[in-house]
Amino acid sequence: MIHRECGVLKTSYEADMAFYPLPIARWAVAVVAVLMFVVLPLGLEEYYLSIVNLISITVVGALGLNILTGYTGQISIGHGAFMSVGAYTAANFAVRLGFPFWLSLPLGGLMAAAVGAIVGTPSLRIKGLYLAIATLAGQLIIEWTINHVKWISGGVQASIVVPRPQLFGLTIATQRQMYFFLLVFVVLAVVGTMNLVRSRIGRAFIAIRDHDIAAEIIGIDIFRFKLLAFAISSFYAGVTGVLYTYYLGIANYEQFQIGTSIDYLAMIIIGGLGSVLGSIFGAIFVTLLPIVLRYAMEAFGGLVFSPGDVLNIIPNLRLIVFGGLIIFFLVVEPEGLNRLWRNIRNYFRVWPFAY
Amino acid sequence: MKRCLVVLMGLALVGGVGAAPAMATHEIVIGLLCDRTGATQVVGVNLCPGSHDYVKLLNSKGGVEGHKIKLIEVDHEYKVPPAVEAYERFKKEGAVTVVLYGTPIVYGLTQKVTEDKIPGITPGFGRSDATDGTRYPYIFPLMATYWSQATAAVKFSKDQLGGSLKGKKIAYLFFDNPAGQEPIPVLQDLAALEGFELRTFAVPSPGVEMGAQALDIAQRYRADFVIAHLFGRSPSVSIKELKRVGYPLRKVVSFVWGAAEADIEAAGGWAVAEGYNTIQFAGVGQDFPVIREIKEMYKKEGKEPPKEMASTVYYNRGIVWVALQVEAIRNALKAKPDGKITGADVKLGFEKVKGVTLGGLVPPVELTPNDHEGGGWVQIWQAKGGKLVKLTDWYKAYPEVLAKHIKEAGAKK
Repeated sequence: MIHRECGVLKTSYEADMAFYPLPIARWAVAVVAVLMFVVLPLGLEEYYLSIVNLISITVVGALGLNILTGYTGQISIGHGAFMSVGAYTAANFAVRLGFPFWLSLPLGGLMAAAVGAIVGTPSLRIKGLYLAIATLAGQLIIEWTINHVKWISGGVQASIVVPRPQLFGLTIATQRQMYFFLLVFVVLAVVGTMNLVRSRIGRAFIAIRDHDIAAEIIGIDIFRFKLLAFAISSFYAGVTGVLYTYYLGIANYEQFQIGTSIDYLAMIIIGGLGSVLGSIFGAIFVTLLPIVLRYAMEAFGGLVFSPGDVLNIIPNLRLIVFGGLIIFFLVVEPEGLNRLWRNIRNYFRVWPFAY
Repeated sequence: MKRCLVVLMGLALVGGVGAAPAMATHEIVIGLLCDRTGATQVVGVNLCPGSHDYVKLLNSKGGVEGHKIKLIEVDHEYKVPPAVEAYERFKKEGAVTVVLYGTPIVYGLTQKVTEDKIPGITPGFGRSDATDGTRYPYIFPLMATYWSQATAAVKFSKDQLGGSLKGKKIAYLFFDNPAGQEPIPVLQDLAALEGFELRTFAVPSPGVEMGAQALDIAQRYRADFVIAHLFGRSPSVSIKELKRVGYPLRKVVSFVWGAAEADIEAAGGWAVAEGYNTIQFAGVGQDFPVIREIKEMYKKEGKEPPKEMASTVYYNRGIVWVALQVEAIRNALKAKPDGKITGADVKLGFEKVKGVTLGGLVPPVELTPNDHEGGGWVQIWQAKGGKLVKLTDWYKAYPEVLAKHIKEAGAKK
């Protein structure tokens, strides 16, 4: 390997707390940053950027759910509904009051956080599967409300057209412009989460996840931190909803239904509960896998089946393979793609002197 | 790059276009979103083959004005993010027109197609206010919208109930989502106009449980007529439940997404559904020249015609949608014979579409820059003796009510 870890001696608490104790890790981050900010947007066609954009939005949502489910141990099947709360709040502010995106976006997030904290109150009394059902009820109630309260949804079609975001007179419309727009929020979400989980709040979350009674005994205010976890997670979800709204130019609750909540849960379980990198892996995996599978089948399916059959087989086989791969990855590594990646890394860390 | 080539070659195979690289520059690309999986897959599996077969037939006869058509299909599971990805892919492949499949997808992509100037057709997927071509220049409902279907349904019930609706009770049974709610304001207006009583019965998602609503309609409300607007599995459930509580199905008329053979078969067969009325915006059955030609084409290849063909309601719609797109492309090509047409050219082509009939399969659609719906023509077909029988010819109703709503929607912003 090109680097060795010897000689890295920590002499202060700051050094011990550092994100990247090794110089090479800092270089790796720099390389990733150059890749994301220069190489990808300049090197990729619009089409590929559109896929990256979908992943970017998904990453923010997955991070939010991971704070709640992965770090605090509270299962939520209401993530999609919190997204719609953010989406409609921002859309209403943007259309009725003409707010720019940098105002309506945090407002959407805050409204989602407030609603999330309310939906999260049952978590003070119930845990596990019971909480899952309580949040499911929250999902259904929010869906119903948006569908029927015209004051929120803007009429029978329950959708609000939102103007494109503008920054210094520049309208952000093409996929390339959108890419930079979204990247800012992804970076904020990733760095924010990484800092959150190593802070006092994050440690309290983890203590609650590992044993809530023990956490209470050592002086953690369960009431406050459980609701805080719901609020922060919903804030992320709300922002995800707003990003979708600005990305598509419309707020529409039909894309934030139960299926979406389940998808996000699947994402963080596949990626790895309780890890930032896992959320990113999960979002990439779930978004990209169906696309890659389709291309693979379009390229090679014709060798086996007739063209008419291929069209019927592609989508169905895609679902089967998708499900199969999820099972495969979970069996190989129940702790998710993040753990798989760490295992690979640890192997090469001592390579070729494995013991 | 090499991988790109492999993928493109695969695409060519899938499209059934065959390897003709020299033609590639003049191939006209149409993007078709489809849902062969997902909640309403019963529609997609039968509809999309119709589109492919029509394009295949067209290409075997030399294409449009000498240019071949390439139809790219992507399955989106009726979800918005995959549909966005698929749309971007169509754009990359140079599509000049796309089928936006599904109400949430139409909403999600409306702004994008307008910015990219690629006309998107949304037949039967709503956005009734998109009939106004000046407000939505790149959205083409093409066929009767939910508002037009509502007026047609009321007209039909009026005729069935002896020419007057005064004092009658009409039940509107609908799937409780934006698409299901869309016709309600129009129905309310018509209730005031015709003097009938309207009561709405919402069916919550996923719409497979409506015993209570059926009982309510038949025995408590005692409706004189039922207008049903349901999707996916729920139309068959509505037939079954209304039958169970003894409501006469000849007093039920369904919107276009509860109108297929598949719904009737899933409800327990033709004997159960006898009398059930359906609104159609494309011809039903196989008695059309173009269907015979497709059968002929398969026979020449030594193959059986595809089994999806038997589901004529959806299969024929697949033909009609693409046929109208092709007509728009033909109009665009007439203006620019070199084949280098863009979405904007095809948009102008759409606005000149007129007089495409395919032997009665296509309604008498006539599109203009103001009217992107083309009239909103429908036929009523009834389940009778094991098949759907035509009750009325193409008709439309209450144009002044529709015009008022379209104008109001435009004023609202």
